[in-house]
Amino acid sequence: MRYALRRLGFFVVTLWIALTLNFMLPRLMPGNPALAMMSKFHGELSPKALNALEILFGVNTKESLLSQYFGYLHQILTGNFGTSLSQYPASVSSVIGSAIWWTLGLVGIATFLAFVLGTGLGIVSAWRRGSKLDSVVPPTFVIVSAIPYFWIAMVLVLIFGLTLHWFPSQGGYYVTTDTPGLNFTFFQDVLNHAFLPAVSLLIATIGTWILTMRNTMITTLAEDYVRMARAKGLPNRRIMLDYAARNAILPNLTGFAMSLGFVVSGAILIEYVFNYPGVGYMLLQAVSSEDYPLMQGLFLLITVAVLFAILVADVLTALLDPRTRTAR
Amino acid sequence: MLEVSGLTVDYILDRGNVRAVDDVSFTVSRGEFLGIVGESGCGKSTLLFAVAQLLAPPAEVAAGTVTFDGTNLVGLTDGQLSAMRWRDMSVVMQSAMNALNPVKTIGAQFKDAMRAHGKFTGQEITTRSADVLKMVGIDPVHLGSYPHQLSGGMRQRSMIAMAMLFTPDLIIMDEPTSALDVVAQRSLMVQIKELQLAFGFAVIFVTHDMSLISHFSDRLMVMYAGQVDELGVTKTIFDRPLHPYTQGLLEAFPSIRGPRVPLKGIPGNPPDLSRVPSGCRFRPRCPYAIDKCAELAPDLYPLDGSLVRCLRREDGSLAS
Amino acid sequence: MAMPVSGVPTETPATQAPELGSARALGRIGRAVRLNRKATIGAVLLGIFILIALFPGVIAHDSPTQDAYAPQLGISTAHLLGTNHYGQDLFAQLVYGTRNVLIIAFVVGLATTGIAVLIGVAAAYLGGLADSSLNVVTDVLLVIPLFPLLIVIAAYAHGGTTLVLIAAITLTSWSYTARQLRSQALTLRNRDFLEAARVRGERPLYIILVELIPTMTSLLVAAFLTNALYAVLFASSLQFIGLGDPNTVSWGTTLYWAENNAALQTGEPLWAIAPGFLIATLGAAFALLNYAFDEIGNPALRPVRKVRKKKGNEERAG
Repeated sequence: MRYALRRLGFFVVTLWIALTLNFMLPRLMPGNPALAMMSKFHGELSPKALNALEILFGVNTKESLLSQYFGYLHQILTGNFGTSLSQYPASVSSVIGSAIWWTLGLVGIATFLAFVLGTGLGIVSAWRRGSKLDSVVPPTFVIVSAIPYFWIAMVLVLIFGLTLHWFPSQGGYYVTTDTPGLNFTFFQDVLNHAFLPAVSLLIATIGTWILTMRNTMITTLAEDYVRMARAKGLPNRRIMLDYAARNAILPNLTGFAMSLGFVVSGAILIEYVFNYPGVGYMLLQAVSSEDYPLMQGLFLLITVAVLFAILVADVLTALLDPRTRTAR
Repeated sequence: MLEVSGLTVDYILDRGNVRAVDDVSFTVSRGEFLGIVGESGCGKSTLLFAVAQLLAPPAEVAAGTVTFDGTNLVGLTDGQLSAMRWRDMSVVMQSAMNALNPVKTIGAQFKDAMRAHGKFTGQEITTRSADVLKMVGIDPVHLGSYPHQLSGGMRQRSMIAMAMLFTPDLIIMDEPTSALDVVAQRSLMVQIKELQLAFGFAVIFVTHDMSLISHFSDRLMVMYAGQVDELGVTKTIFDRPLHPYTQGLLEAFPSIRGPRVPLKGIPGNPPDLSRVPSGCRFRPRCPYAIDKCAELAPDLYPLDGSLVRCLRREDGSLAS
Repeated sequence: MAMPVSGVPTETPATQAPELGSARALGRIGRAVRLNRKATIGAVLLGIFILIALFPGVIAHDSPTQDAYAPQLGISTAHLLGTNHYGQDLFAQLVYGTRNVLIIAFVVGLATTGIAVLIGVAAAYLGGLADSSLNVVTDVLLVIPLFPLLIVIAAYAHGGTTLVLIAAITLTSWSYTARQLRSQALTLRNRDFLEAARVRGERPLYIILVELIPTMTSLLVAAFLTNALYAVLFASSLQFIGLGDPNTVSWGTTLYWAENNAALQTGEPLWAIAPGFLIATLGAAFALLNYAFDEIGNPALRPVRKVRKKKGNEERAG
């Protein structure tokens, strides 16, 4: 219980630091970027929106830094992330809301598949050390995991999208011919468009799952209780899964969650290459149109999502490991 | 019942093979308690795993046979071995904390062992598991406990209980007492001996603690640098140790009741198994070594009912 | 970009002797690299890239920036990779761009590892409040997603020069290595040879610099390689999305211009694919070396020869 509280405390601290970074960065940069942004959008904004921006970025105010800071925190904690500039007058929250489902679907499915396939391959590869499988898998995926995500996406676009025309290479759905709705054609269209991005993400991220699982599995297989299980004459599959894998996966769960930060990064780049209308694509659009409120909101969202995943992984680890359950 | 003949185990390493067990032969009869003693690194644990067919790469059996109830176990596949495993031969390891799966309850691990070897109903499994725990003096309520929830002594005893699930003919024990304090050691040994006498199984017991084993084993085998240096009836070896190494081991333990004598250790260290001395392996540390000992490697020689590996015992130049 | 491969124990087992002195350790590393096939491939690839970066003029005879040629030429002996939309020789661009990439890789790799050593070892050695506070900072940075953070920083800076990129990446990527080094230093802190130094009366700084750090040589090398790899991936990704300086000659910026001109769609695929391929290759070189070092440091991971059990009751030949 105390452990859970400590972790929760840590997340609150991290969140606070992320918020503070959001606050400090534009003020720290030379040549006050916020000023430039605001003068760019000046004529289009209502006075209320302008005021909110001033609080957010500390421009044109005579207030002290500290009171700006508390004003900012108050804004954020009451759920007011500001108004989007590039999609004025939509609020940042509503703009993010429209994009988030695309990314959740893409990242969720791809990560789940990568995890299941990757972990499975890692387990089997470690179990069959010295076999042909094991001599091929690790070096292959060592190399694959060093390939930039966007390159995988580009190659797939080139081969399967543009040359073979098997899948579309742009967008989330055919914007010109389809309207979003709960009908079958739309779903089919969505899946069609999501296929290549999902495969890119899968290929890019599966390597780490495989290699990490294999490494911990190898260490676990050397443990005495695995040798004991052999001595008891247990069937191989049971030893591999019940005795080795169950123990090997425990230290990895949190690591998996932390690497979600990288999965998210990859999603950003892949969405960019595919013009896929998710959170990552939106972030980059916000950057290029200098829509800083939107950019900040997205950064916070991504950070919160990663933190949440880590929290879930921590809880899972605690639940799965009886040693932490009964700890003081 | 068990006949080990010429067993040789090599570790296949990049820098060349290291012979951890060199041409070891011994037998174990039904109900016999055989102790194996030696310093760390003498190969006794490797020998044990080799007998139980539990070696893992880079170790492998290079030569020899292990004949158990008439069948040679060396070279059999896991599938072929599984029929014999745990039913006829079981294993108790050194550290129960490491030898028990930390994420499964004791009861679940007992169940795994039982289900691997026959169709039992849930009731039968629970009853038997509770029975074996009671045999070692543990309350059956602990079937639901995780290994980390038990004390060290209880963990060790539950491992012994697990080894007895099918009352096998042979239980192999690898230093099961080394991780315990002296008092727990003694009580565990007594318990093992009682069980052995009650159920009639044979025991191969590996340890580095000679004084402990002396009261419980029928026969004793002394290992050094991968070889058997002396093998015989325990009492005989203690009364009249033949090999200089055995003598040295015995002299290192003070007698509680006898006269006060200065403690004598054995100077030097066991050899690096990748570079064994020429001739007799114990020669660099032996107080009785002569020139011949560096040239000829002695074989096991029967003397007064025991086997001893010493040139000077062979030619009689070393009198007791 | 790649994700950190965790699960490899970062602690030296108590029975392992510490590597004595950096010179001997480096010599041992050199030998290990030669023996391990993965490491050799990685080292050779890296060597080729270094050569290209040092002597670009020798390999490519055209200027990378002058748009002196007819645009969109295909592959030919005059233009090994063709020309791009602006009539620049692609091969020359990539060859000259190598230098920028390698500079980023090495500078960030060294700087990041340096900061990580400072913070990680100091935290381990000082203990107490210093340790706790450094830990909080490290852990927070570990958890905040780095690439989005870099995007935000670079956005405010309106796209950085190479120096800005180096600074931003260095300041944000040290936390993983710091944690590794701290746990390694903690394991080593109470070892006998350090105790001996303490008893001799050596000052803490001396102990840290002369006794402790040389024993972590292989970990430091591995950390450098990992950080160099991430530097390349982060930097080229940032350049790719337009947050680097688009006028520098680098693989990432070439990709940026390719993407800007929809190279894939307009039948100039090489413009986009070739720089990405180079990034992948350099990344693979670092990754292979790193993986080989994992094996060198942790013998349990080394390739094993499979012991084939003979079916049936055959006796092994003696």
